[in-house]
Amino acid sequence: MTVKEIFDTMDYGPAPESAADALAWIVDQGAAFGHFIDGDWTAPRKDFQSKNPANGETLADLTQASQDEVNAATKAARKAQPKWEGLGGHGRAKYLYAIARLLQKHSRLFAVLETLDNGKPIRESRDIDIPLVQRHFYYHAGMAQLMEAELPDAQALGVCGQIIPWNFPLLMLAWKVAPALAMGNTVVLKPAEYTSLTAMAFADICQQAGLPAGVVNIVTGDGAVGEMITAHEDINKVAFTGSTDVGKRIREATAGSGKSLTLELGGKSPYIVFEDADIDSAIEGLVDAIWFNQGQVCCAGSRLLVQEGIAETFYRKLKTRMDGLRIGNPLDKCIDVGAIVDPVQLQAITDMVAGNTDGETHRAPIEMPVEGCFYPPTLITGLAPSSKLMQEEIFGPVLVSTTFRTPSEAVALANNTRYGLAATLWTENVNLALDIAPKLVAGVVWVNATNLFDAAAGFGGVRESGYGREGGWEGLAAYTKPKGAPKALKPVEAFSGDKGPSDPLDRTPKLYVGGKQARPDGGYSQNIYDKSGALLGQAPIANRKDVRNAVEAAHAAKGWSGTTGHLRAQILYYIAENLSARKDEFATRVNLLTGGKTGAAEVETSIRRLFTYAAWADKYDGQAHGVPIRGVALAMKEPVGVIGALCADDAPLLGLISAMAPAIAMGNRAVLIASEAFPLAATDFYQVLDTSDVPGGVVNILTGSHAELAAPLASHLDVDAVWSFSSSNVSAEIERASAGNLKRTWVNNGLARDWMGTEGEGRTFLQAATEIKNIWVPYGE
Amino acid sequence: MQTPTTTAEGHQLPTALEQRNPGMDLDLDWVRTVQANTSAIERRAKTLPGRRSVKKDYQAAWLCKAISLIDLTTLSGDDSEGRVARLCAKAKQPVRADILEALGMTGLTTGAVCVYHDMIETAVSSLKGSGIPVAAVSTGFPAGLSPYHLRIAEIGESVKAGAEEIDIVITRRHVLQGNWQALYNEMKEMREACGDAHVKAILATGELGTLRNVARASLVCMMAGADFIKTSTGKESVNATLPVSLVMIRAIRDYYDRTGFRVGYKPAGGISKAKDSLVYLSLIKDELGDRWLQPDLFRFGASSLLGDIERQLEHHVTGQYSANYRHAMA
Repeated sequence: MTVKEIFDTMDYGPAPESAADALAWIVDQGAAFGHFIDGDWTAPRKDFQSKNPANGETLADLTQASQDEVNAATKAARKAQPKWEGLGGHGRAKYLYAIARLLQKHSRLFAVLETLDNGKPIRESRDIDIPLVQRHFYYHAGMAQLMEAELPDAQALGVCGQIIPWNFPLLMLAWKVAPALAMGNTVVLKPAEYTSLTAMAFADICQQAGLPAGVVNIVTGDGAVGEMITAHEDINKVAFTGSTDVGKRIREATAGSGKSLTLELGGKSPYIVFEDADIDSAIEGLVDAIWFNQGQVCCAGSRLLVQEGIAETFYRKLKTRMDGLRIGNPLDKCIDVGAIVDPVQLQAITDMVAGNTDGETHRAPIEMPVEGCFYPPTLITGLAPSSKLMQEEIFGPVLVSTTFRTPSEAVALANNTRYGLAATLWTENVNLALDIAPKLVAGVVWVNATNLFDAAAGFGGVRESGYGREGGWEGLAAYTKPKGAPKALKPVEAFSGDKGPSDPLDRTPKLYVGGKQARPDGGYSQNIYDKSGALLGQAPIANRKDVRNAVEAAHAAKGWSGTTGHLRAQILYYIAENLSARKDEFATRVNLLTGGKTGAAEVETSIRRLFTYAAWADKYDGQAHGVPIRGVALAMKEPVGVIGALCADDAPLLGLISAMAPAIAMGNRAVLIASEAFPLAATDFYQVLDTSDVPGGVVNILTGSHAELAAPLASHLDVDAVWSFSSSNVSAEIERASAGNLKRTWVNNGLARDWMGTEGEGRTFLQAATEIKNIWVPYGE
Repeated sequence: MQTPTTTAEGHQLPTALEQRNPGMDLDLDWVRTVQANTSAIERRAKTLPGRRSVKKDYQAAWLCKAISLIDLTTLSGDDSEGRVARLCAKAKQPVRADILEALGMTGLTTGAVCVYHDMIETAVSSLKGSGIPVAAVSTGFPAGLSPYHLRIAEIGESVKAGAEEIDIVITRRHVLQGNWQALYNEMKEMREACGDAHVKAILATGELGTLRNVARASLVCMMAGADFIKTSTGKESVNATLPVSLVMIRAIRDYYDRTGFRVGYKPAGGISKAKDSLVYLSLIKDELGDRWLQPDLFRFGASSLLGDIERQLEHHVTGQYSANYRHAMA
């Protein structure tokens, strides 16, 4: 076209970013890559190929890791770890800073390489992915620097196995590698097989930074290599970002291994537009929510909920906007939507949409590229929550939608999902925004914005979107553990006997469910004897139905989670007061049960512990993160929900209170399974609860066999977390059974805890009793 | 709700192409529901330059388009007949002839010339036969605080003197006090005073406090019959910005959706780089559509923008970076 013709049509025309330098880099590397192990490259094999999804061309050959190669990588990481940790925070900070600088110096190479390999528009890799990668390394250089001063009780986990997805290849690498290295861990990382190239370039950067050999090891290959990493016995932690299905398999596979685990999984994140919103801005937000990275974003605002009064206008404007999107060559600087990562994914999206017959489908009538993996921006309106596409993740540029009438209906619809990764809400009413944000079940909430990310704010989900946070102070918990080397926990055996009771007046302990005493469903009890063999009483034997009833009662008490910290503190103090009034009786009971002499000390420590959590109830504050926008990211600490705990066997009263008090102080409701060997202190204790204004259902106490009750509790799909301090061998079973709804687990793996000492209380418990939700609130008028 | 239009060619006078916006009754319900979320609007504005890019011949063509949309402006206390005549000569031949010839764009002119009332006659006679209209700023520009009857009378004088476009300034306090009825009445009367001349309503957005006010004032002025809405006088401390532009053109889009009448947009002040003009054009193209990329519906109020575009065009033709003195001054 001539200048004059363009003057008349005012078309955009092509504006390609050159791929020449990136392609030359690939050729310089031999266009084939081995693994990066122990600071060096292994000989490449041509096992599989990395392709450009925009045109199907092969970019490079890659090597599928063997078990030996995974072993070598793990061995190198293990060997390097003590020295890396021993470098100290400042020593590690220097390397992380160097990596950040090098990433910056080669930023365009990384951006072009990412777009070639993944198909995302160059604007996104250049303006979003790569700058965030740099930011993550800068930020965590700072975390390394501050570790000794600010986290004096934390130490590295050891060797971390990290498995990352293809949608943000280098960014997910940064989210995994930067905090791990900062805290003194070494890593074995596997990029997704579709998108390994920027990880290869990153290895190059590690060499340029002079990073000690073995600190970062990168092996390539498909899911089989991922399985080798998760199964490897010399790995201390597995961090995975990917699909919920694979996340569940990893949970099952690592159960009982003692490996720490964090999962960042799928989502079907709601995008709520209230009638007073700035509609045009909310629509522009959708472009960045569901058409960002072709909708291949775990936290994509993929479920649009619009208030009825504005729905018609909103949909009309949205269609106009999406029809104006430009789809095509991802290297074009004037493109909004690039290529789907692989023909397999394209087919999956196509099939899901084709299989839907509900609602009305609008495909943006955009001129589509003739070759490559492309899918048009699509909107499906008029769906019901029961529609498959409203529940299942499409992972493509497809937005589904329904309408709502009231704020509470918006919340109900938003939370009607197995996922809980992110949520977006638009309103100009600050009261509405700050009312709704905490009610949304999600790890991240964006107010009048969407898909904002920063290293300073934690990212991660609840429910089946996984657990653990990446970024912020909260993200460091995923790569540290408390200092100290715990000892093995010996099984605590109940005493047996054949003598009668010392006092013939019968007392009948029951289960405590929903604030009432309840007989066990099965109708069985077991005799509890003291050390001399004298009968102390009968403890009910709870079964799975009692677990069900207790969980139901706990859910019915959900109002507890909405109470103030001040109120919860008052009640915890009151429990302590009433326990103190009966301390001699409890001390005697504990001594009789355990056959020891520490009863008085245990009761005294229990009272102290109740005071500790009463103190914490209104002081475990959230944070306002310093994110680089005009606005704040509020890291709010929320209760996990319903927590089931198998309490310590060895400390019958203190073990129960040590689990109960942090849980309810943070607003959770608890289902406590008392010491199996010595259950009668717990059944005495519910009388204290009854007199202390604890609302029914907030604390539920069951007695019985830990081995029997662990599975129904851990597999219960409406329990949000399970803790186990049991001396029975139930850790593996709990972790395995937790995979059903990916509830959080905290198990002792057969290791002891000193309940009388400092490790029996404190921040570790508070962390386990809370989820951190980051609420992003940009402001400005 | 759409009015038929012909494509814009030849003469830049709006009347020839588009049915004028007749205005409508003041709809306060509509005005009050308008929202403008500042941080979201700023994000959109900030990322726009990264989302759109035009290169090579496309860039040259777009820059020529920008020239055709410039209201070449002089609004200084020391303006004289000689100075205005030079400006008009530049409007007729905005780019060196050899460059335009190389681009195949011979005959390109600016959209209009914009002057104070006293300079209208000079401008009209200088531009005679060129088809380039003369725009005059009016109504006590820039503050708009002279006696009201004189402001209205000034419009009539300017029209009589030959101005085909009148850039009026609104009374900012009506916006700041939420007195929408007063703003509506004022705008309506000014529109009537313009007769057949087209009226551009200058909102002085830098003095309206919030983007929400900008959105509401835009709507009220359109309801009262403005042919164009314009950001600034160029004399405020903050003039045209991308966020303000986004708010105003979204208001234009809503008004068109509701009434079927297209209202023009003129950002003024602070747009001095060729690259900035491309961002504005892509903003208009994406938010309002190609129809608005014509002089009857879009103008840049600018004095120094043309110079930068000339250098870029010479670079496009020769491959060499250019110098100021190689191009004729206004």
